[in-house]
Amino acid sequence: MRYLPLTPDDRAQMLGVIGAATIDDLFADVPAAARKSETFDLPDHAGELEVERELVGLAALNRAAGAGPFFCGAGAYRHHVPATVDHIIQRSEFLTSYTPYQPEIAQGTLQVLFEFQTQVAALTGLDVANASMYDGSTACAEAVMMARRVTRRKKAILSGGLHPHYAATTQTIAHAEGMDIVRQTVAVDAEAAVVDAIDAETACVVVQTPNVFGVATDVTAIAEAAHKAGALLIVVTTEAVSYGLLKSPGEMGADIAVAEGQSIGNALNFGGPYIGLFACREKLVRQMPGRLCGETVDAEGRRGFVLTLSTREQHIRREKATSNICTNSGLCALAFTIHLTLLGEVGLRQLAAINHAKTRRLAQALGAIAGVEVLTKRFFNEIAVRLPGDAAAMVGGLLDDGVVAGVPFSRLDPHAGLDDVLLCAATEMTLDEDIDAFAQALARRIG
Amino acid sequence: MTMQNVGRPTRPEDVQPLAPAFASLTGGRGLLQDEALIFERDGWTKTGVDLPAADLDGSDLGDLARAAPIGLPGLSEPEAMRHYVRLSQKNHAIDLALYPLGSCTMKHNPRLNEKMARLAGFADLHPMAPLPTVQGALALMDRLSHWLKTLTGMPAVALSPKAGAHGELCGLLAIRAAHEARGDPRRRVLVPTSAHGTNPATAAFVGYSVTEIAQTDDGRVDLADLAAKLGPDVAAIMVTNPNTCGLFERDIIEIARLTHEAGAYFYCDGANFNAIVGRVRPGDLGVDAMHINLHKTFSTPHGGGGPGAGPVVLSEALAPFAPAPWVVHGANGLTLVEEAVEEAAQAFGRMSAFHGQMGMFVRAYAYMRSHGADGLRQVAEDAVLNANYVKARLSGVMTPAFPEGPCMHEALFDDSWLEGTGVTTLDFAKAMIDEGFHPMTMYFPLVVHGAMLIEPTETESKQELDRFCDALVALAQAAKAGDVDRFKGAPYLAPMRRLDETLAARKPRLTWKPESGVAPAPLAAE
Repeated sequence: MRYLPLTPDDRAQMLGVIGAATIDDLFADVPAAARKSETFDLPDHAGELEVERELVGLAALNRAAGAGPFFCGAGAYRHHVPATVDHIIQRSEFLTSYTPYQPEIAQGTLQVLFEFQTQVAALTGLDVANASMYDGSTACAEAVMMARRVTRRKKAILSGGLHPHYAATTQTIAHAEGMDIVRQTVAVDAEAAVVDAIDAETACVVVQTPNVFGVATDVTAIAEAAHKAGALLIVVTTEAVSYGLLKSPGEMGADIAVAEGQSIGNALNFGGPYIGLFACREKLVRQMPGRLCGETVDAEGRRGFVLTLSTREQHIRREKATSNICTNSGLCALAFTIHLTLLGEVGLRQLAAINHAKTRRLAQALGAIAGVEVLTKRFFNEIAVRLPGDAAAMVGGLLDDGVVAGVPFSRLDPHAGLDDVLLCAATEMTLDEDIDAFAQALARRIG
Repeated sequence: MTMQNVGRPTRPEDVQPLAPAFASLTGGRGLLQDEALIFERDGWTKTGVDLPAADLDGSDLGDLARAAPIGLPGLSEPEAMRHYVRLSQKNHAIDLALYPLGSCTMKHNPRLNEKMARLAGFADLHPMAPLPTVQGALALMDRLSHWLKTLTGMPAVALSPKAGAHGELCGLLAIRAAHEARGDPRRRVLVPTSAHGTNPATAAFVGYSVTEIAQTDDGRVDLADLAAKLGPDVAAIMVTNPNTCGLFERDIIEIARLTHEAGAYFYCDGANFNAIVGRVRPGDLGVDAMHINLHKTFSTPHGGGGPGAGPVVLSEALAPFAPAPWVVHGANGLTLVEEAVEEAAQAFGRMSAFHGQMGMFVRAYAYMRSHGADGLRQVAEDAVLNANYVKARLSGVMTPAFPEGPCMHEALFDDSWLEGTGVTTLDFAKAMIDEGFHPMTMYFPLVVHGAMLIEPTETESKQELDRFCDALVALAQAAKAGDVDRFKGAPYLAPMRRLDETLAARKPRLTWKPESGVAPAPLAAE
């Protein structure tokens, strides 16, 4: 048992110091009925080689995204992560530290968080950002509940272009808190419709750009309509690289911006761990959920950083806290901030431009196939295409051609009546040959 | 200059005798470099990546395209490496020394688990990839579920919650759905005074009002008070077991019985499962729902504040209400139930966008397989043995909050032994930093005055525990001997001295701003 340092002699000596005869004496408070004397029906301990064999075997049953042409997006995107990122996040001092409650011996984590918050505020065009949420979908739900605290109103309007999983998460969590969630009809270009639903009861409007169909929207008019009614505009983004090319939520009038930050620094990981970005206007900061890092000085007057405004948080305020969140996505935030520091503004803009160019090429190639309609006109790196038949069946067929064609919309929302819609994303990882292989295979199967 | 958040003035002049002899020219202290922020290095036009040119431009985006500069600096690769390595050296870490934070279970994080999580078949796997291409991932989730259910003696598990508090939310949402399905919505949740802050916060989040249950003198739930407060409007009781005083709730089976008799559910906060894993099954205690912090008991790294993972095991009564998605065995292999329809019609909804913290599932499963059933039992035994050893060794100089009987995996002390010394729990904890140890959890649980909660975990050797106890005994003696300066100004030898938390909260500076108050120099035109 390689992870356990105590020897039988140690244990005997320690029991002696404690004054206990056997280890069972230390479990004396456990009711007799619940003491399990036999071991569980599970295998006993295994060596590193044995464990590695089993897990390598399981991993080999999966087809990694990098194994061939691959076009899945829909809230998780395949990007290149520089080797430096993964090296740094595996340093013991970052990997094996706790939440920085003792700032004198956690300045590494705290300075990183301060830099991260500043980067996220800059990307979103807002004043302040927190130290991360679990992921984009839970950040979205938290933003809706924050809007309730700010406006003291109960109604939230979710645009029909919001990722269906984000809508479901928000519905589940915010509904429990007593909010009235109005989800608009799912449609490719649904954003403008939210304006008509805003009324004097509305706490917030939630709009995603680029939306789940890849449609990029200028939400300025929506912001104006929301503000006129005393409501907040929450802008959701599931592809953080898009910030490098598109106008920021803050520029368009958002009060709160939330995003999935996985695209920067983090692997696909079959859905987690990811990292929720959360930013807002300065005047709203005391209603924000989650941890915040702030600047201060130490007893010698030197600049340092601490977790601050914790009177919003559960460990101080208990049932009156702004959220119950405790552990967040610290290490994913580290990966995000390292990657973004390596990119810099120059690199992020370039990366975004490459993503957009690849997707223009993809849209051209698919749009040229008879029977295929590209539904997304203004996009960043993802498009929705209408196929002449069931998209899920086509994805299954194209798998035989070695192409993972994308996410059938019906997988995200089987009730939307969009069974013929396929979501396809291209990134800097996509080769032109991948696009050609996809287009040729699709044309062959349709023709 | 006044410092500190809890009213402890520490003026620099008070601590001069122990301050460094001189300030260095660079602001660094030997190998500890003073490191500027990335925004202060004039890297507005720098990048540390080489990317090809884009062959199509963004002209089709029109006025959607970003015009204004973002304000992001860049660093070349060597500069970036040095920046983060320098910062890393200002952190304490479990790989450096004991990290005895009670309730946090800071144990060794095996690197095999990191290696496994990075296999392309797991890390480079898209959550919405076609099901035939993810059979190994689903099999891993299925095996992890089997282990969690077997170890807890519970029939079902929801894997998707992303951390402990998210798991609590999942458990309470299942409880709420179960009450609503019976046409019996209830309003209140009972929480002991010693509970983690997340418990009442979660209950309030779900729309319940919170009623506190008193604690007995021996640190357990007061059964009489519980019985008095249970009633037809109580939806659930949330009890941590072993509790936050580090004690096993002796009457746990009776607590469950009373709760069920009142028509309420028993939510167990599983933060302290490490003390009993492999020896006690929560299912045998009458628990209806319990989250398991994979980042505590099953050793996925804490990463400076996450990511964690908080799967929730559920009883037969609550299982039908579990959130989507989950793995099922189908005719063509494993598949995922992703929608609340048909056999999943009672699912209460969805906790997050995808299937949960897969990266943490791989690590936790590798950890469980490595330990096996026999090893996990030994984990609990050694964790409890180590805590009792610390309690025994320190009881001569410090005052255990509950001296009678054994503790579980945490040793809890109060501050009565510091009375009259002028040294507080906080001062004592900060002095531990000078000795190279991370402080224990302080001022929690709230029910013990000046609480000091020490959780050594099973991955500490006897030698390291002795080093730790020797240091604490010596510090305690110094405090009692009136060596107050050593504590009031501590830490002296850490990368930073005490930080002014009051200033940070009074004038929040949450992002970097240029001294001049203007935006960073715009990029040269592209």
